[in-house]
Amino acid sequence: MNRALWALLLALAVVVPLSLLAGRVWIDPFDPQTRNALVIVLELRMPRAALALVVGAGLGSAGAAMQGYLRNPLADPGLFGIAPGAALGAVLSFWAGYAASAWLLPISALLGAGGAMALLALIAGRDGGIALFTLAGLMIASLAGALMSLAISLSPTPFAMSEIVTWLMGALADRSWREVWIAAPLTGLGIGLLMLAGRSLDALTLGEAAARSLGVEPRKLQALLVAGVGLTVGASVAVAGIIGFVGLIVPHLIRPLTDRRPSSLLLPSALAGALLLLMADCLCRILPLAGGELRLGIALSLIGAPFFLHLLIKMRRGLA
Amino acid sequence: MAGDLVLEHLVVTDRLDAISSHLAPGAVTAICGPNGAGKSTLLSCLAGLLTPDAGTVGLGEIPLSQMAADARARSLGYLPQAPEVAWDLSVETLVSLGRLPWRGAPAQEAQAAIDAAIAAMDLGGLRTRSVSRLSGGERARALMARVLATKPDWLLADEPLANLDLAHAASLMRRFHEQAAEGRGVVLVLHDLATAMNHADRVLVLNRGRLIADGTPDEALSEAVIRKVWSVDVQWLGERGTRALAVGLASDEK
Repeated sequence: MNRALWALLLALAVVVPLSLLAGRVWIDPFDPQTRNALVIVLELRMPRAALALVVGAGLGSAGAAMQGYLRNPLADPGLFGIAPGAALGAVLSFWAGYAASAWLLPISALLGAGGAMALLALIAGRDGGIALFTLAGLMIASLAGALMSLAISLSPTPFAMSEIVTWLMGALADRSWREVWIAAPLTGLGIGLLMLAGRSLDALTLGEAAARSLGVEPRKLQALLVAGVGLTVGASVAVAGIIGFVGLIVPHLIRPLTDRRPSSLLLPSALAGALLLLMADCLCRILPLAGGELRLGIALSLIGAPFFLHLLIKMRRGLA
Repeated sequence: MAGDLVLEHLVVTDRLDAISSHLAPGAVTAICGPNGAGKSTLLSCLAGLLTPDAGTVGLGEIPLSQMAADARARSLGYLPQAPEVAWDLSVETLVSLGRLPWRGAPAQEAQAAIDAAIAAMDLGGLRTRSVSRLSGGERARALMARVLATKPDWLLADEPLANLDLAHAASLMRRFHEQAAEGRGVVLVLHDLATAMNHADRVLVLNRGRLIADGTPDEALSEAVIRKVWSVDVQWLGERGTRALAVGLASDEK
């Protein structure tokens, strides 16, 4: 195991326990008198921390895989259209009255992600070409976005509309162990599939033709990527809404700590994604904000968008 | 010794027309022809990357289309035209990518192959240098070392000397001959006819998808063949091994 992996594991070992203490009610571990401390930690903070770890790990590794696949440090898991597909599924569940069942929203989102994955596999063609595949993903994202806007504009009540818009901003507040049990196995499976693609992603470093000459089968790789990114991103949107930029920022920060092969980036990016999301979520909890806490999706966009611009400027100077 | 590469009535619609040839290892074979002649297409077929619309390419007795991707990759090392390296890898990591088709091979064997490839391309002092900090010649050698690390039976390279200065081109060509002397088959797409004339053992000349000449450089690149295929007036000057091609002003009539 390399040094980056150890450093990240160590950082997680420190940050996870601290995150359980931070929040609107600060818990002093040395003062057993804190009111409802056990309930707060077990029922609120632990599932929330676990969910941050699961969602962050999924988004981080999906981002690393996408950047490897598209050979571009600016690629993001959102490019495949799976996140907008999942969000469309979730929005439709609001529209249908998600209060009917707590499972309806995540399951609808997963169905939406599955639909986007199926459509992507259908359109992407038989030769496994990357350019057509990316375009197909962008079109699916665009279509899902348009349908989502339509569903919001036709929402039955203003209350439903506000619920939808707030949910889309992405957050880990008010989540329970149920969401963890939904997201964890799917994300674990997704990361596993992306790890299986690692060798082929390494070969792609040399371009499509050279990768094929090294034994990469483009369609098999594409299938692994669609399933891996679909499961990780779909599960993330299903339990937390849309959280952008993790998949973009994390691999970029981790790359200099590795030998820069896409495969050696996957696991460290999962750990760093988990760490970033956990820390960002803690920040959202403790920031004093009138009218509730800062939404995690907004916080990450506020960090991520300037980071993206910084990357673009650096690339323009040929330094990235 | 590697198996022969056998082409039988190879057809790729609009690009290659009934090409048949039999390439034996242990020699440097050059594929020459004007722009759009089908040189890169032929090399892609030889590497098993392009499935012909008709005809077959076989490695010994086995058609490439029936070989497993990994097995094909272990036998046929391919260097594309203008190869890219998407991430700023170190030279050693780049060369190690050549071991990808050998899934499950012992780590010691892999390291020995990487070391041998680095030594063969004279990159010992550059192991840890990142690719972005290499000169054009060093980069070309590092990319070739990546192909060698696979230990393929055949080296197939598309314009490997493009963008190299005289010394680096000569040095890389010498290394191709060393590989051929070790029993590997070497097939190069070459734009420069003088290089093919002086340094190839055999030349295939293509024009508009058809095989026009196939033989020793003297036969396949005779002034008559060049006049016919390239439509230019030429004359070979000097002695075998250091010949130069004097080219008259081109006539546009074919």
